Amino acid sequence: MFECSEHDDVDDVVPKVFLRGAIRLGVFSNCNTFFILHFLSKAVTMNPTAPQQVAQAAAPALGSTLGQPNALAIVFFLTFIGITMGITYWAARRTKSAAAFYTAGGGITAGQNGFALAGDYMSAASFLGIAGLVAFSGFDGLIYSTGWLVGWPVVLFLIAEPLRNLGKYTFTDVVATRLNQRPIRIASAFGTIMVVTLYMIAQMVGAGNLVKLLFGIQYELAVGIVGCVMLVYVLFGGMIATTWVQIIKAVLLLGGAFIMAMMVLVKFGMNPITLFAAAAEKYPTANVLAPGKLVSNPFDALSLGLALMFGTAGLPHILMRFYTVPNAKAARKSVFYATGLIGFFYLLTFILGFGAMVIVGQEGIKAIDKGGNMAAPLLSEALGGTPFLGFISAVAFATILAVVAGLTLSGSAAISHDIWTHVIRGGKSDEGEQLKVARASSIVLAIVAVVLGILFKGQNVAFMVGLAFALAASTTFPVLVMSIFWKPFTTQGAVASIVAGLVTTITLIWFSPTIQVDILKHTADSVLFPLKNPGVISIPLSFVVGVAVSLLKPEPSAQEKYKETSERLHLGSLVDHQAAAH
Amino acid sequence: MNADQRRALEALASKRSTVAILLTAAMMTIYFGFILLIAFNKPLMSSLMTAGLSIGIFAGAMVIVSAWILTYIYVRWANDKYDVELAKFSEMGKTPSERKTELVA
Repeated sequence: MFECSEHDDVDDVVPKVFLRGAIRLGVFSNCNTFFILHFLSKAVTMNPTAPQQVAQAAAPALGSTLGQPNALAIVFFLTFIGITMGITYWAARRTKSAAAFYTAGGGITAGQNGFALAGDYMSAASFLGIAGLVAFSGFDGLIYSTGWLVGWPVVLFLIAEPLRNLGKYTFTDVVATRLNQRPIRIASAFGTIMVVTLYMIAQMVGAGNLVKLLFGIQYELAVGIVGCVMLVYVLFGGMIATTWVQIIKAVLLLGGAFIMAMMVLVKFGMNPITLFAAAAEKYPTANVLAPGKLVSNPFDALSLGLALMFGTAGLPHILMRFYTVPNAKAARKSVFYATGLIGFFYLLTFILGFGAMVIVGQEGIKAIDKGGNMAAPLLSEALGGTPFLGFISAVAFATILAVVAGLTLSGSAAISHDIWTHVIRGGKSDEGEQLKVARASSIVLAIVAVVLGILFKGQNVAFMVGLAFALAASTTFPVLVMSIFWKPFTTQGAVASIVAGLVTTITLIWFSPTIQVDILKHTADSVLFPLKNPGVISIPLSFVVGVAVSLLKPEPSAQEKYKETSERLHLGSLVDHQAAAH
Repeated sequence: MNADQRRALEALASKRSTVAILLTAAMMTIYFGFILLIAFNKPLMSSLMTAGLSIGIFAGAMVIVSAWILTYIYVRWANDKYDVELAKFSEMGKTPSERKTELVA
């Protein structure tokens, strides 16, 4: 079995000090094998005509095989697992230092990182969710996709290069450069873990539901498979394997979406406008080409827009990617490629959404999943039959796996690098220990992810992605910008800014219609904060608190270090280059 | 780094900040302009340019294209101007010990 060779490899990669960890790894490899075997046996023995799937029962007229075990989907998925496990095996031999584990030793090229960034960002939520939103409400889907894209230029202009030059493994390195390490590391690692956990719950619950619909396997099993497989990538292959998984997934997802969009457009004379016109004709009363209900309150729209735009520039797993390239110039180029790829992807999903609306029809999509998440898979089946459905289903599963792996890696960096190395060990921790703690925290995070994924089964977790973006935009983004660009910034200012952002975001979302009405089903009376997203209040507030606290009590040592920092901010790569020459 | 070099680096730093802030402001104006038009002028965004293409869809696609253009402008500027200026600093005399302290920091 492949997993066994994986296991053998661990023994020569991981030093003896890490023996206990290695035993645990072995357990996880076996559990992975178990899941896959179970998955296969279930697929083989399951009678395809048994009416055990909601999907199948609900839409017999449509003749969709969605939700039935699709042999090709399983073959595609296992091929993906096989290839990525091979890469993990290869990467494991190179993952011998903390730098390799967290940042692939800075050896990823700009082009590779562009694809990996796109891979990290194009989650199953954006692929299936936006295609579904477009299929149901047409134009409104564009509001989300543009919001998610415009964060990238902001990352490029304000964050990417300073981050690369000032930091080592986490974005907290940058904030802590001039400030008092301990309080900053604690506050910022806490923020990171909150963002990562929320994002992860949304991915895990999404994974459970999707895999159940796509492959017809149990929710808990699906969540377990995602947890185990991604843990193997992270644990053995660290950032090198995670990056390659992201690249492969990005190519598959973009390729699949592109082929599907072309198959749609061929039916409409290769002209998207003809497709849109056909949609408008099919649903004349719905006004699918015009703004719908999504933006009714301008403040809601502004608040959501702010959170989407600045949240991107504060997502820990995205920020961490800038350390995987050799220098600031490569970081810059990689965002340029990522913006191109992600923008292209969103244009494709817009076409797919309209394609599903016209070719599958809104009723057919609704019959399978009320949320519309199955629009793209149903479209793939309508266009290319069961084989294409199998391919797209496998790609969607792979997408979730890759995103969760990236999240786990960034969460583990916050725990081991920020908390363990800098807070507990005061910056003095040897490579072996750092690696050990990093791997142990990945295991803990994977368990937490699986447990939370199962606990939140059946809950509406869509708001968690929005909340994660709002949190990132109001805790990470403000302190990063202030520490890079504002000389009088102080330790207390930074901690106060993070705390203010965190507390306001969570409090406001709790009293918003999102939680009170949509989740808790209370009446409108319990809604004390009228907006669905707190961004418009929490982001400016975080800046104001940071500035006010810094001005109230200046920190001379932080200001003295600003010169040195600003020099490194610009010359970082040259300083490194000169050092390499010596 | 001597006083002259420091001054030159500060000038370059403020130039970079200006470019970064201007481009960020441009992106924000474009995106929030798009959102506010949707919020306040739905009839305009709903009106058709031709059968199948509303002004809203066209504007949304243009927001995506503008993000590409702005990132391209920045990368061009950074590669052609900023990097060239930065390269001058690498040739300036620094004692190895200075470099070492920077690395440790």
